[in-house]
Amino acid sequence: MDQTPSMSKWLPAVVVAWIIPGGGHFLLKRPGRGGLIAASVTAMFLLGLMMRGALFSPQTGDLLTTVIYVGGFIGNLMSGLLYFMTVWLGYNQPDVAGHVHDYGTKFLVAAGLLNVLAMVDAYEIASGKKD
Amino acid sequence: MPKMNLSNFEAAVLFALFTSVVLGIITKKTDRERARYAAYCFVCFIAAIFGLSWLMYLGHG
Repeated sequence: MDQTPSMSKWLPAVVVAWIIPGGGHFLLKRPGRGGLIAASVTAMFLLGLMMRGALFSPQTGDLLTTVIYVGGFIGNLMSGLLYFMTVWLGYNQPDVAGHVHDYGTKFLVAAGLLNVLAMVDAYEIASGKKD
Repeated sequence: MPKMNLSNFEAAVLFALFTSVVLGIITKKTDRERARYAAYCFVCFIAAIFGLSWLMYLGHG
């Protein structure tokens, strides 16, 4: 029977993976994979910022508005320290029209979603489900 | 913060590149399999970019 791994085994790796993209893999002694994840997520986030993408703030209303804004906010939040530093240092920008800005906004969310995948990978490594 | 003005194609290729790298890392077991899968994902992204672009161009009339 498949047993649920104890939280103390995987929680530190998952939290570090969230705060520092790739950090969970470094903690689990997978520096090659951690470095590639860190480079990919950070590059995508910085490109999003340089394209003047906007960060989402949670808004509710009709279903579509809630899904887009709350979902986008969660996606942004999943970038961890990159998101917090951007907000703290005042690099978040207003949402403006234009395809480059639009791509930037998507890059910022996609960076967070890639980090979620990395967190899941760190969880599986820490809990012994994969190497 | 410097400003970047990428075209649709450049932005889509960069998106494909970074996403392929992460997908390759998290899915497979050996480094060789990871590299092959990342390359496969990247090729699929590029094929989708060109395919959908032509579809939109032809559909637009």
